[in-house]
Amino acid sequence: MTTVTAQPTGTRPSTVSSAIRTEGLRKTYKSSRGDVDAVRGIDLDVPTGEFFGLLGPNGAGKSTTIGMLTTLVEPTGGKAWVAGHDVTRDPVAVKRRIGVVTQNNTLDMQLTVKENLEFRSRFFGLPSSVASKRAVQLIDAFGLTDRSNAMADQLSGGQARRLMIARALVHRPDVLFLDEPTAGLDPQTRVNLWDILRVLHASGQTILLTTHYMEEAEELCDRVAVVDHGKILAEGSVDELKDNAGAVTVITVRYEEPVPDDLADRTGLTGRSGVSKVETDGDQLRVFSSEPEDLLGDLVAIGAKEGLHVRDATQQKPSLETVFLALTGREYRE
Amino acid sequence: MATAVQPVNIDTASGGPEAPVAEAIAALINEAPVPRPTLPKTFAAMMAREFRVLGRNAPSTFIRAVVQPLLFAFVFAYVLPKIGSGFTVAAGTSTAAKGAASTVNFSTILVPGLMGSMFLMQGMFGTTMPLVMEFSWQRTIEDRALAPVPIRVLAIQKMTAGAIQAFIGACIVFPVVYFVHTAGEAPHVHVSNWFLLAVIMVFSAALTAALGLWLGTVVDPRKIQMIFAIVLLPATMLGCVYYPWSALHSIRWLQIATLVNPMVYMNEGLRAALTPGVGHMPLWAILIALIGGTLVLGSLAIRTFRNRVIN
Repeated sequence: MTTVTAQPTGTRPSTVSSAIRTEGLRKTYKSSRGDVDAVRGIDLDVPTGEFFGLLGPNGAGKSTTIGMLTTLVEPTGGKAWVAGHDVTRDPVAVKRRIGVVTQNNTLDMQLTVKENLEFRSRFFGLPSSVASKRAVQLIDAFGLTDRSNAMADQLSGGQARRLMIARALVHRPDVLFLDEPTAGLDPQTRVNLWDILRVLHASGQTILLTTHYMEEAEELCDRVAVVDHGKILAEGSVDELKDNAGAVTVITVRYEEPVPDDLADRTGLTGRSGVSKVETDGDQLRVFSSEPEDLLGDLVAIGAKEGLHVRDATQQKPSLETVFLALTGREYRE
Repeated sequence: MATAVQPVNIDTASGGPEAPVAEAIAALINEAPVPRPTLPKTFAAMMAREFRVLGRNAPSTFIRAVVQPLLFAFVFAYVLPKIGSGFTVAAGTSTAAKGAASTVNFSTILVPGLMGSMFLMQGMFGTTMPLVMEFSWQRTIEDRALAPVPIRVLAIQKMTAGAIQAFIGACIVFPVVYFVHTAGEAPHVHVSNWFLLAVIMVFSAALTAALGLWLGTVVDPRKIQMIFAIVLLPATMLGCVYYPWSALHSIRWLQIATLVNPMVYMNEGLRAALTPGVGHMPLWAILIALIGGTLVLGSLAIRTFRNRVIN
């Protein structure tokens, strides 16, 4: 199923065509135990109004990338512009134009829900009467009305995340950054948040989201960049990514015994119609194919002929998960 | 696969009581007032936030601020004189001190010292303790760091907030020492130069706040208790709180060693401004140390703060 992407209404003024642009963006963390290359040269170009996703496993460099784009992490190489401003040369101009929902809960725990929104508005220069009015509107819109006077540390995980999104929107940011917005939330709360994000996007909000949930990227994003080990492996719409990766079904069979390296060639698996790739790895045999019919049965039969006993087998339909598998040769680890 | 369950959940979620109203959110984005942040507005808003929190915690803040001077004054100006252990200190650094004026009671010596230790305590509590929370696992500092001002402004704002707390804390000493003492033990306080007092107090407050910010950014939050043992206690005990610096002349090495302690200059400065009857070190040395120390430590703290906020 594809995303419910309403077209941007165009009611927001778009001063720049690229909301986010990076060229060879890098970050190396220096430490006494050796340097860590968290991000190794990332090029991005996100147009205004787009819902863009950075998808990758934990530790892929997504949070570091979002940190650099939001001025909280200093790049060690490359360039980045957000809403037309250089993130290292003019961080204040960038901060005026972005809303950020960090992965950790950075709500002001010494303030109430309403005060969190009020003071954020005032940090951005709204007079306190306007700030107070806007806080009430946001609280109502985000379903927090009955928690308005609660202290921020009394909120549930989902409520806290909603408040953080509301708080990121008080000053009408050009770009909204969301770092793993649904990590640690229960499925129902996650789907609620997805609804909010869809509405925001439909209203014309440019959004960059990082996630390690495949289905989240598939559900929400216009375009996705698959990131691993600090590099972009592939970029495009979910459909494009699937097509480019061969729109293949991946069948993995694990045998009780090790698989001989030449098995695929000897048995004619490699030449079989629709098969794009065959990998053997220890006791595993993995076949990428666009014509998966009867394939699983044949693999069992081939194994039996070779004296291999099947331990278990999985068949994965074309998805971002198989795209990741095709790109990296590794199972996606969430 | 998880994708299969989504359509069902979306439907139930959209009709759920917690589901937000789509149009309301869209309107909030597109019809919102466009903010025009300026540095003074943002700074003022951040200070307003500090005072809101201070006001909310007023009872505990007040208790924290009043217990120390109350106990000190009670023990030194009431209990000790009553049980005959009260002591006096020779006034003046030289033989210039003469006659009956050559002795002052202990409460007079204690007033500047108590204020100095209040500056240190409150200034550190006001800056270091919030930082420990803000830099700990959730890094709530990121919230404030995203406000539309340079990070150094945020550092200056934090020092300002700490300095104001220190200033208020020190002022609490006055009423306490005036009321808590035994008969004849009232402190002799005489302000001849209010401007000098203001300068000394403002820079004492600023210096402790700068020290607090610097320590809060260089010390590992998990080891913050060490500050009490390594900084707060020695600074107070060896900071000329209970004796004027000139009285240390009989332990020459200690008199020189204590010159690294900022508390010495605060207390001596307050002696110069409040209790001229007690000797104090030269005023120029006090002012250079307080103002210079604030500038040096303040700019150092701004740098270490920025390094902690920005990765």
